Amino acid sequence: MNEPLPDENVHRRWLARASFVELNARDRARALLDPGTFRELLGPFDRVRSPWLPPQGIVAQSDDGTVIARGRLAGSAALVIAIEGAFQGGSIGEVGAAKIAAALDLALTDCQRGRLIYPVLILETGGVRLQEANLGLAGVAEIHAALLALRAHVPVVAVVAGLIGCFGGMAIAAGLCSWVIATRQGRLGLNGPEVIEEEAGLAEFDARDRQLVWSVTGGASRRASGFVDELVEDDCEPIAKMIGRAWARGVPRIHASERVAPMQHLVASLGAQGIIDPNAIRTALGDRSIP
Amino acid sequence: MSEPSAVDLGAASRGRAWLEGLAGTSAIGAHSVLTADGTLEGECVRYFTVGPDPAARFPRARRGEIGLAEGWGLAALLRATLGEDANRSPRPLIAIVDSPGQAYGRREEQLGIHLACAAAVNAYAAARMRGHPVIALVVGRAMSGGFLAHGAQANRILALDDPGVMIHAMGKKSAARVTRRSVEELTELARQSVPMAYDVQAYAQLGILHGLIGGVSAAEPGEPDFARVRSALAEAIADTRRGPSDLSPRWRSAVAQQTRRATWEVRRLLAEQWDALPANL
Repeated sequence: MNEPLPDENVHRRWLARASFVELNARDRARALLDPGTFRELLGPFDRVRSPWLPPQGIVAQSDDGTVIARGRLAGSAALVIAIEGAFQGGSIGEVGAAKIAAALDLALTDCQRGRLIYPVLILETGGVRLQEANLGLAGVAEIHAALLALRAHVPVVAVVAGLIGCFGGMAIAAGLCSWVIATRQGRLGLNGPEVIEEEAGLAEFDARDRQLVWSVTGGASRRASGFVDELVEDDCEPIAKMIGRAWARGVPRIHASERVAPMQHLVASLGAQGIIDPNAIRTALGDRSIP
Repeated sequence: MSEPSAVDLGAASRGRAWLEGLAGTSAIGAHSVLTADGTLEGECVRYFTVGPDPAARFPRARRGEIGLAEGWGLAALLRATLGEDANRSPRPLIAIVDSPGQAYGRREEQLGIHLACAAAVNAYAAARMRGHPVIALVVGRAMSGGFLAHGAQANRILALDDPGVMIHAMGKKSAARVTRRSVEELTELARQSVPMAYDVQAYAQLGILHGLIGGVSAAEPGEPDFARVRSALAEAIADTRRGPSDLSPRWRSAVAQQTRRATWEVRRLLAEQWDALPANL
């Protein structure tokens, strides 16, 4: 049988794609916002950097790897928080955590005053920065608190795009978001493969087995099991559109992190041996999507 | 200081000992997630802890880790308590923490342990935002994602001043692997850098703790220890009721104003620039 040749338009569209994954955090934020509306807050020229890295012989970065931007997206006042995976694995230290928590708190104050600011988090992060261990951990707890307070007013959207993925305390943050969007390249999980291998042994998890890693935490598999609400192509415009559509869906009546009874029942019924059916998880989580 | 050794599978739970001693009653719950009701200065309070369960269904969560059953289980118990108090004054909730961290396993990841932890974070934060004074009492280890899920959302965190008490982002071996250092190098750095330190006295220098309780036996507590900690809990509850329901006291504390100067700088500059944005953004 002859396969039909790919439609020339499909091919052209694919070539015309503007990759989101390949952009750095700042360019990702800029690409999402309506042209000309990007305003970075506490940018690199403010030079607020980690006081903890230089004494350990690590060069600090003048934005600490976290970009806070305001602008407009799909007509709404937007707050974009983008974590730079290329700096220290997107890890969250004191300054990055304070930037994120403070930006969410400022958005909350505006919302409480009747001015809705719509937040999106671009999560490219391995979690707490171990060089700032306990301040990172405390900062992540403060991000969780701020996110939950803001979530009562506006839908908070997370985007897990690629390269590093989203792990550790920031994966918990993704779990607290109203809507989670991912690309196929994105990965979402609590413990990174290396850490599971270190803590539980090679038999539990072989971190070098890439296929295994993606089958557990990859975007497509997370979408199948409902931990991700929508899968998008690695293309800036469709990602921006999907964020706008998630905001338009509003604050969910029940968030994923509130699906307690069905998830508790599912986990108990499966136990350590039962065969995991992604559809069953997705159903327990309310089978959500962003139409 | 050396890292406390792993909990013996057969060992009695330190969290359970403190829960039952403080409440003066037996714990409710057959598995790892335990509760008990008690009184503090005449007021009803509810205690929660997660302890080892050698027979737990998930083998990676048998030593007191926060696993799938623990995250969703804590959320269920906390939400049931919120429901009971919906039409009356919200009870203080006390999280007794002794956990080596989150459960590490393939199956845990497949079943979304990040969301199980988020469910517990969400339930604790919901309690706090609804006016329940939430106090965390660290009696042993408070590690990583386990602490985020069980303890870190409290209005006030108290810890026992004891060599077996440790609050940290990651165990030494894993932290060394992730940061590409040897355990020896990491130990040396932890001596020089306050946020990396593994002992609770260094942790207290960050300003995040409401109090460090000295002069008690963390491992083998008796009635005088319980009495002392009960009065510290009552004080923390009263202090919570005088303050905001968010976590700002952690970075506003007098100690944090010294250690977390960068946090203050970020918050000041960000607010200034936010307020200066044009109105059409």
